[in-house]
Amino acid sequence: MPRFHGQSNHAPVDIVNQLQKQYVDYLSSLFHEGVLDDQFTQLQKLQDESNPDFTVEVATLFFVDSDKLINNMAAALERSPVDFKQVDADVHQLKGSSSSIGAMRVKNLCITFRSFCETQSYEGCLICLQQVKNECAVLKDKLQNLFRMEQQIVGAGGSVPLMD
Amino acid sequence: MESCNCVEPQWPADELLMKYQYLSDFFIALAYFSIPLELIYFVKKSAVFPYRWVLVQFGAFIVLCGATHLINLWTFAIHSRTVAYVMTIAKVLTAAVSCITALMLVHIIPDLLSVKTRELFLKNKAAELDREMGLIRTQEETGRHCALWMPTRSGLELQLSYTLRQQQNPVGYTVPIHLPVINRVFSSNRALKISPNSPVARIRPLAGKYIPGEVVAVRVPLLHLSNFQINDWPELSTKRYALMVLMLPSDSARQWHVHELELVEVVADQVAVALSHAAILEESMRARDLLMEQNVALDLARREAETAIRARNDFLAVMNHEMRTPMHAIIALSSLLQETELTPEQRLMVETIMKSSNLLATLINDVLDLSRLEDGSFQLNIATFNLHAVFREVLNLIKPVASVKKLLITLNLAPDLPEYAVGDEKRLMQVILNVVGNAVKFSKEGGISITAFVAKAEYLREARPPEFIPVPSDNHFYLRVQVRDSGSGINPQDIPKLFTKFAHNQSLATRNSGGSGLGLAICKRFVTLMDGHIWIESEGIGKGCTATFIVGLGIPEKLNESKFPVLPRGSSNHVLANFSGLKVLVMDDNGVGRAATKGLLLHLGCDVTTVSSGDELLHAVSQEHKVVLMDICTPGIDSYEVAVQIHRLYSQHHERPLLVAITGSTDKVTKENCMRVGMDGVIQKPVSLDKMRNVLSELLECGHQMSSLARV
Repeated sequence: MPRFHGQSNHAPVDIVNQLQKQYVDYLSSLFHEGVLDDQFTQLQKLQDESNPDFTVEVATLFFVDSDKLINNMAAALERSPVDFKQVDADVHQLKGSSSSIGAMRVKNLCITFRSFCETQSYEGCLICLQQVKNECAVLKDKLQNLFRMEQQIVGAGGSVPLMD
Repeated sequence: MESCNCVEPQWPADELLMKYQYLSDFFIALAYFSIPLELIYFVKKSAVFPYRWVLVQFGAFIVLCGATHLINLWTFAIHSRTVAYVMTIAKVLTAAVSCITALMLVHIIPDLLSVKTRELFLKNKAAELDREMGLIRTQEETGRHCALWMPTRSGLELQLSYTLRQQQNPVGYTVPIHLPVINRVFSSNRALKISPNSPVARIRPLAGKYIPGEVVAVRVPLLHLSNFQINDWPELSTKRYALMVLMLPSDSARQWHVHELELVEVVADQVAVALSHAAILEESMRARDLLMEQNVALDLARREAETAIRARNDFLAVMNHEMRTPMHAIIALSSLLQETELTPEQRLMVETIMKSSNLLATLINDVLDLSRLEDGSFQLNIATFNLHAVFREVLNLIKPVASVKKLLITLNLAPDLPEYAVGDEKRLMQVILNVVGNAVKFSKEGGISITAFVAKAEYLREARPPEFIPVPSDNHFYLRVQVRDSGSGINPQDIPKLFTKFAHNQSLATRNSGGSGLGLAICKRFVTLMDGHIWIESEGIGKGCTATFIVGLGIPEKLNESKFPVLPRGSSNHVLANFSGLKVLVMDDNGVGRAATKGLLLHLGCDVTTVSSGDELLHAVSQEHKVVLMDICTPGIDSYEVAVQIHRLYSQHHERPLLVAITGSTDKVTKENCMRVGMDGVIQKPVSLDKMRNVLSELLECGHQMSSLARV
């Protein structure tokens, strides 16, 4: 059952409820699909009056970080000979970031990616890199939707429901 | 002429002649006086001398003779009448004594002579007796004889085994056993006289002049070990006898008397005992030698087996790694492939590939595990873990499969089941998963019910099989898990085979499910290692089955490791909710991770500073910071070294900030390394709000003591 926190406002309750229901459904689907995991909820819990945009900030940080890392990896894989250790280090960073933010699919891909780095399989790394890129793009897209919905709710005077 | 009353010598004084006479008389006197002295001296020396009187007489006679001659000395010149008188008296006495002595000697001398002859006679006699003795002895030796005849292995002959003097007869001389005389002796338990001419008695070729003496023979029973009773004299229940033959010396007039025969019988019994002792001793020596040989052979076999096991383990370890690497590639790539766009046929193919490769991976793991289990080199990883979480996880893992088959899964955890237990979490989960998985596999409809509770003593007594009776104690308890399914059931006859590895249950259900047949065997091994038992009951085909297992788990103490001092906790529910103003330093080289941790701590009210490297940390750390959180997963930064440095900077405990490591790994090595460098706590990723809160509050309450918070 979703819990509510924050202040309530004066907009019509139906609209707020509807928006909230939409938000909850969307977020649930993200969990269900495995895009996000429990860690994301933890991050959401940290958001409070003193830190109202915590989640957004962290997500932004993640995307900047991941873009940089992906570019590094692509560059490293184009060089020859390929420095697998460097790629591995980058993947490790990405894995850490994604697990901190709760991006489960990205994290799992990173685990697979790392094993390819260990076995120094060039084709495997390339495939994984492409996958990671795609997945990050998907995640970015979905999180942007999510944050937009949050803003709508707050704009309508409601409060963002937290998942259990 | 004067009248001097002197006596003149008889004849005229002739100077030269007189001189000579004078001298001779002197010397005679001297000799005559010294002879008795010598006699006395030597007689005194000798021990026995029977003729003392004779000696005295003789001595007197000599002395007087000497005196006479001495006095004669004075008569050469003119001498007084006194001298003449003395001379006369002396001569008279001498005459008397000499005559008596002469008469005495007549008696004595024959005696003396006879002593000598007697002595000679005795000497001769002694020599003669010696000669005779020698003769008799040789006679005895040649004549008296004792021999022991033993039956040969075939039992058809008697072999001369022992004689008094070995070198005289060739040992190995045999006689057939069925001679009448031998039968006669064997059939009686008494000593019997036999003819000296019988073959057993005729050991030496007879020398002509010897008439053989009487011969006695007696049977000697050969006893086996079983003949000896403790209380009885050995019964003569054996059929095998040896023959003891005693021969009197030739030329001897001796006869065998009855009491002598009895003596011989007694001796025969003793000989029987001695022979059996000798046989036993020989037997035991042989057995001992055999045992020693066997020992050596066994030792060699053992060493060979050990070498073989080691070789196999090495092989398995290598093969395991070699097999897993390509396996992993197949699984990883197939899962990646699944994420891409595929036609339905392609998707089906990829799914099959995935399933098969998963099966293969499981098989590889199982085989390695089982072989390690079998040769006893397997050890459980004992640690504290959340028991309830194990069941929940199993449920989560099995729910998808169950829901596809539309099976209802219910989990009942008893209220008194402890939340935490000490044991091997991974293997326990493997066992539960295997059992539940089997239940799901073999059920087409209905439901699976899983119940878990603490096994009490009454349950334990009822538990089958009855020989398994575990005893719970203060620091461990027995967990009993029962999985009931409504599936196809098992034929009761097949139940014993279930736990045998590789044995396949050839019922309809298994043909579709595959499986290596190792699962239950491994479960059984694990359960046994955990001091428990597992069994399956089923009423028959189509009636479902119930799998039950009991394992022993430890009860964790207040603090998870006993190494650490027991910290007095006022109340475990008392957790600091607000850490306002607590200065915390966070080190993490990952930007997102840094932000996440910072957010967490800010939410808890801490005053957070973040750094991204070890050097920055060492620069930034100060006495104001109460807690330092370090992410130790970062490659390239030796966080342990940083911890050591901080220790060095702050040598006194109360000034040093508390060091906490944040790690993603779950293995013991990391925890040990943290302890080694002096960390005060370890948190495992992913870090939740509650986790951080608990860790910080514990640390701050307990100060600089290492509490193991790895699984909080």
